[in-house]
Amino acid sequence: MSLLQINNLNVRFGDANAVPVVDGLDLVVDAGEILAIVGESGSGKSVTMMALMGLIDAPGRITADALNFDGTDMLKLSGRQRRKVVGKDIAMVFQDPMTALNPSYTVGFQIEEVLRQHLGLKGKAARQRALELLKKVEIPAAESRLDAYPHQLSGGMSQRVAIAMAIAGEPKLLIADEPTTALDVTIQAQIMELLVNLQKERNMALILITHDLAVVAETARRVCVMYAGQAVEVGQVPELFDVPAHPYSEALLAAIPEHSIGAERLATLPGIVPGRYDRPVGCLLSPRCPYVQDNCRNQRPSLDPKAHSLVRCFYPLNQEVA
Amino acid sequence: MTSPIAKPVAPASPVDHSLLYPSPYKEFWQAFARNKGAVMGLAFMCLVVFCALFAPWVAPHDPSEQYRDFLLTPPVWLEGGTWQFILGTDELGRDLLSRLIQGARLSLLIGLSSVVMSLIPGILLGLLAGFFPQILGPSIMRLMDVMLALPSLLLAVAIVAILGPGLINTVIAIAIVSLPSYVRLTRAAVMGELNRDYVTAARLAGAGLPRLMFVTVLPNCMAPLIVQATLSFSSAILDAAALGFLGLGVQPPTPEWGTMLASARDYIERAWWVVSLPGITILLSVLAINLMGDGLRDALDPKLKNAA
Repeated sequence: MSLLQINNLNVRFGDANAVPVVDGLDLVVDAGEILAIVGESGSGKSVTMMALMGLIDAPGRITADALNFDGTDMLKLSGRQRRKVVGKDIAMVFQDPMTALNPSYTVGFQIEEVLRQHLGLKGKAARQRALELLKKVEIPAAESRLDAYPHQLSGGMSQRVAIAMAIAGEPKLLIADEPTTALDVTIQAQIMELLVNLQKERNMALILITHDLAVVAETARRVCVMYAGQAVEVGQVPELFDVPAHPYSEALLAAIPEHSIGAERLATLPGIVPGRYDRPVGCLLSPRCPYVQDNCRNQRPSLDPKAHSLVRCFYPLNQEVA
Repeated sequence: MTSPIAKPVAPASPVDHSLLYPSPYKEFWQAFARNKGAVMGLAFMCLVVFCALFAPWVAPHDPSEQYRDFLLTPPVWLEGGTWQFILGTDELGRDLLSRLIQGARLSLLIGLSSVVMSLIPGILLGLLAGFFPQILGPSIMRLMDVMLALPSLLLAVAIVAILGPGLINTVIAIAIVSLPSYVRLTRAAVMGELNRDYVTAARLAGAGLPRLMFVTVLPNCMAPLIVQATLSFSSAILDAAALGFLGLGVQPPTPEWGTMLASARDYIERAWWVVSLPGITILLSVLAINLMGDGLRDALDPKLKNAA
């Protein structure tokens, strides 16, 4: 049985007729699996995760046919019950490590707080465990860092601390929301390696939200490509990179700078993600799609299994089966 | 059987002090001490606080004792002054220095209690306004806007007129008048902090609303509040003096700086010191507190703080 199952998740901000920010999303994550969610800014990646953890405030509304995590229906939980699950079994690493730690408290205090809350550790035991966690995330001179305040740490080190806090409750699912975007390149590689190692070691599921397709290719087993709140293609890693079926996936891959070496200009997909007032009637990509046909403009395709992956397109690419 | 190779004893690693982070207090003091004006302000305030705390022992005379033979004696450095009354006497022959020292007590008390009385409700209202931006927040803010629309001294006079003059009512009036600035400041800081990831992280980790308010967010909003509290301490002293001068504050014969000014203003041409000395005292204390507030702002403002 899968660890996380999301069926037909909709998130809207405003009344029930507002344009959905997440639109009919289905997502399955197995225990111990790495799933990557990619897509440009505003495609609903982070909102999906917030919805999963129940952190969408009014005027946001969540509807879903199913939102099951580890056998419990997250939609039915009360605030208090959800707080027991979220943070312990589901944890999250944020994009900007400089704001993810509370500036008013020491690193040690913040980690110990999680341990107190979710594992019931106190005093010396908690401190000992916090120290182990800091060592686990490969922070040098971990003893002295316990008493450091966040502004005394570098970005990479803060992110390691944030990871230590996230794994403190021994989660079954770790959500990393662009964990390397705010870091420089050398640190990015180290943090990704750390995340993947921890994932393997603890056999936890990892949802990796990212812009960085190179990271996806190296780490994830499955990818979900999101566009304007919808999953447009869900597939296995080598196939989706080799033979992308959705025009948007193809465009995302073509936009990797390395693919344009020698070209005068970098490859781009013209236009922007449709907003609240210019949402097309047909396929959401139709205004930007190079392969657009007439019926694409009037009808919305559904997410159907095609040759290599689940694709939301009437005319998927690369369908020859080798 | 013992092993012939003795295990080398690991040398007790001495703590390398350069690796330890400076304590927040030390860091704060270093930033504060860089501002010379602030240190001078702090020194003067220490003197005032010392005088206030130990007034009965520091003051050379009883502040209410009337020396009928020494009416309007000038200070010691003027012709006719005596060492018995270093700063001279007022129209009833009371020692000015003793009265100023006793008055420091009252001024500090008014400043402190009015700051506390407006800081605590101000923080609470500001937190509520920041955390509930739907209905509660705007209603609190509009109420504060109404209070801000009235001139503060006029509002204080009105409140004292309703409650009646006196020490406690003065404090209440000043506290009410300075409430809006705390509410606005807290709300602004809270709204800034609420968008940060650590707040989401705290919610994720299972923090409930009260914990989120007071443990997660509030400490990060304290820096501007501390500065504001210092500055409004000085304006509280000024307001209390103004109310005293208008006869609405502390009533004579209690030695209060504003009341002393008011009762002595008939003698301004004959005996300038009776008016000037309380005025100078008010000026110096307010200046010292404001300089201190500047130093606090430099030391607490994260934008000016150099990260280690």
